[in-house]
Amino acid sequence: MSKKIIMTPEDIRQTLARIAHEIIERNKTIEHLILVGMRTRGLPLAKRLAAYIEDFEKLKIPVGALDISLYRDDLTSLNLQPVVKRTDIPVNIDDKAIVLVDDVLYTGRSTRAAMDALIDLGRPQSIQLAVLVDRGHRELPIRANYVGKNIPSSRHEEIQVQLEETDGIDEVAIISMPAAKERQ
Amino acid sequence: MKSLLIHGGHIIDPSQGIDEIGSLLITEGKISWLGRGEITPPQPGYDILHAQGLIVCPGFIDLHCHLRQPGFEEKETIATGTRAAARGGFTTICCMPNTNPPLDNQAIVDYVKSMAATEGMVRVLPIGCISKGRKGKELAEMGELASSGVIAYSDDGEPVINSHLMRQALDYSRAFGLPIIDHCEDTVLTEGGQMNDGIISTRLGLRGIPAAAEEIIVARDLALAELTGGRLHIAHVSTEGSVDLIRRAKEKGIRVTAEVTPHHLTLTEENVIGYNTNAKVNPPLRTKRDIQALIQGLKEGVIDIMTTDHAPHTEADKLCEFDVAAFGISGLETALGSLMSLVHDGQLTLATFIAKFTCEPAKIIGNKYGKLGTLDIGVSADITIFDPALNWVVDTKAFASKGRNTPLAGSVLKGKVMATISQGKLVYKDDLLSLSKEKM
Amino acid sequence: MRTTQRKDEPTLLMEPKAAVTTSAWQHHHILDLDDFTPEEIELVFHIADAMKEVLSRPIKKVPTLRGKTIITLFYEPSTRTRLSFELAAKNLSADVLNLSASTSSVTKGESLVDTLGTLEALGADIVVMRHPQSGAPYIATKYLKVSIVNAGDGWHAHPTQALLDLYTIGKHKGSLKGLKAVIIGDIRHSRVARSNIWGLTTMGAKVTLCCPFTLLPTGLDKQHYHFPQVSIEPDIELALDGADVIMALRLQLERQQGGLLPSIREYIQLYQLTESRLSKAKPEALVLHPGPVNEGVEISPAVAYCPQSVINEQVANGVAVRMALLYLLVGSKE
Repeated sequence: MSKKIIMTPEDIRQTLARIAHEIIERNKTIEHLILVGMRTRGLPLAKRLAAYIEDFEKLKIPVGALDISLYRDDLTSLNLQPVVKRTDIPVNIDDKAIVLVDDVLYTGRSTRAAMDALIDLGRPQSIQLAVLVDRGHRELPIRANYVGKNIPSSRHEEIQVQLEETDGIDEVAIISMPAAKERQ
Repeated sequence: MKSLLIHGGHIIDPSQGIDEIGSLLITEGKISWLGRGEITPPQPGYDILHAQGLIVCPGFIDLHCHLRQPGFEEKETIATGTRAAARGGFTTICCMPNTNPPLDNQAIVDYVKSMAATEGMVRVLPIGCISKGRKGKELAEMGELASSGVIAYSDDGEPVINSHLMRQALDYSRAFGLPIIDHCEDTVLTEGGQMNDGIISTRLGLRGIPAAAEEIIVARDLALAELTGGRLHIAHVSTEGSVDLIRRAKEKGIRVTAEVTPHHLTLTEENVIGYNTNAKVNPPLRTKRDIQALIQGLKEGVIDIMTTDHAPHTEADKLCEFDVAAFGISGLETALGSLMSLVHDGQLTLATFIAKFTCEPAKIIGNKYGKLGTLDIGVSADITIFDPALNWVVDTKAFASKGRNTPLAGSVLKGKVMATISQGKLVYKDDLLSLSKEKM
Repeated sequence: MRTTQRKDEPTLLMEPKAAVTTSAWQHHHILDLDDFTPEEIELVFHIADAMKEVLSRPIKKVPTLRGKTIITLFYEPSTRTRLSFELAAKNLSADVLNLSASTSSVTKGESLVDTLGTLEALGADIVVMRHPQSGAPYIATKYLKVSIVNAGDGWHAHPTQALLDLYTIGKHKGSLKGLKAVIIGDIRHSRVARSNIWGLTTMGAKVTLCCPFTLLPTGLDKQHYHFPQVSIEPDIELALDGADVIMALRLQLERQQGGLLPSIREYIQLYQLTESRLSKAKPEALVLHPGPVNEGVEISPAVAYCPQSVINEQVANGVAVRMALLYLLVGSKE
């Protein structure tokens, strides 16, 4: 097993600042913007982005948390059910521009589930997607609007994102496993 | 019929005080010779059943079982029930009269006797009803029943709730010298009860049958036996309190005998956990404390005999909600195996164990059908041969009984009947036992 | 080694973080509360919280159990419990079928075993069963592969009711540990009481049972069996002293006919939860009742509607708790 660090804390900081700028740039007005972090690590990322945006534009953007456990398409085949946590979006999402925030974009299924969840909660004007890492291997026609870093990977590699808020350290690493099995 | 020599077994006959290696010769259905040690019979010309390493004793007597015929042939018949008895080492079984129609008159008793003669594998002795139709209201014609051959009277399945009737029964039966067997249960107190009343019944949410319900009627019956001087026999004793009552009654000289079943000596209310309907029986399985008292009672002779209370039921009778399931355990084929655990534990000696199934029940039955429960010369050859140490798995599919309802299904028991000889005929032989057809 | 819980990645070898998965959950069936660990009960509460959030949305539906069939099999009439399960299932987008059998047809077990076979053939994923005889759902577990949820069997258990009761208490009191909970009523014949006794003691609460001795089942008093957290107090005012939680049970009016009570009138005089008796408990004590309430019998109307009564919350929480349980069962393997 080998581990290679792809992003240091400084890399992550710069990347997030850049994404925050991009979000401000591409959205004509940010008054209707809501950042929704996908649990678990999408949430601290969303909070950080909101902090940057507030810093740059002197405007507080609402941040919400989204739990997609109830929308997964693979519940009966998992060995263990994920614990469902609360979805908490503090404002009405009708007619708002939502930026979904997640740590890693991979097959696209989580994003699909998140979109279904959001549409059950209201009728947003638009949904955009911001991810820290895009590792390829999409199984659905999903594309991120904002990408921190592209990390091409094989299916036998694991992308490990750690954040200070959840893991005590900021780091993105790629871990390769010898002769790893696909999920059953 | 060729003579049969049972050779080299460990003969235990408590009725004669025999407990040593020896051989038995059976000629024309009777025991003709018994030799101790290595000696061989004087006259030649016999087949040999090799009993080395096995116990050879008088055929077991079961004073309490249910053969279900007439009326409930789907549960058991005299044919299947006696086959089950043979497999269990029983050469004489006494069938309870809760058939349909019940055994309360000569005609039905004769029916049972003739079925037993033509289809039975072992000796069947009938028990007649106490009350007409088993309805618990009027005395049955005990005189007619006595002359038709019953060995006792009972309304088993039900108690005699009416104290006046019980008194009359104890009194009236004195003329015939036959005991009244009572199933002691205060049915008003136990109505709707499913299992022993205790913490397990609370946890399972099942209505309990308290020990007191048995003890109340035992106490009443003992008082009436004292009053009338009649012969009382208490069926399936299950509680410590009952043992105490019977002990004191015997000390006072009251004419009472008592029995206990294998399941009440080895299983507890915990066997019901999981709603195991095969452990649903009346009286119910009780507690470890009750078991200790029952064993002590056996040792002291407060409890005179062991019986199976063999109660076969169909699969449908047990494959349902606990409340609806029938009460009863099919016990003829597992009696020896389950009870041997008490011998292996050192709680009972082998001789005591055998006595409780042979000479003691024979005393209660009397000589109406000849000398039973003994290997004395000249008596009917009723012999049980068993291996006290053989481990075997209870496979209910292999039962001869139609009743597969036992909580012991799949259990490993230590102690197995290897051969049963009833009135001189080999009615059961385990495949492991060898029978040589040549002379020695 | 920690890793991201990537929900759509192939699960390679890594141990997920303990907080993120439900490894505590051990049940393929929910039959009784006496074999639930405190961790499992806490897990149900956490997921019920998330389900409550779903219930607060304008669209109270999530697709989690889409395509699953849940069949309710009720041999005893019950509008509230059945509706609660039905709502829970439908909120999770499951398909629901309701079968009710009148008690008169339950004479022989054949009908139960046959019915169960039919349900499996119909493709049930979960069967929610209520039956008048204790132990009936256990037969179901022997003959069906699907998950069985016990919605009440005889006197034996009503685990989902106890879970929603505990959840309701927890929402007000935080932790259940050390709370004094008093259960008043016909304990002997109550599956709600039994399940609550096991649940409350598992979570560290102390339980006082308050009822006439004829309505107390065997073996719960210290004299005969050692249950250190359960005590008996037949005097209602002494029982309620310092109580944090009071659970009043429904009195079945037939108990008098069974000879267990001299009269309902006497029961009311000795055991009705009135305002003045309630004042013996702590000021923030909660009043629970599994419903339906016999107003004027076990509980006075004033108490039923007083601010301390959480009876309506119990009903609302019932849907959330049942949603949580259905969610946990759907992924459980045999």
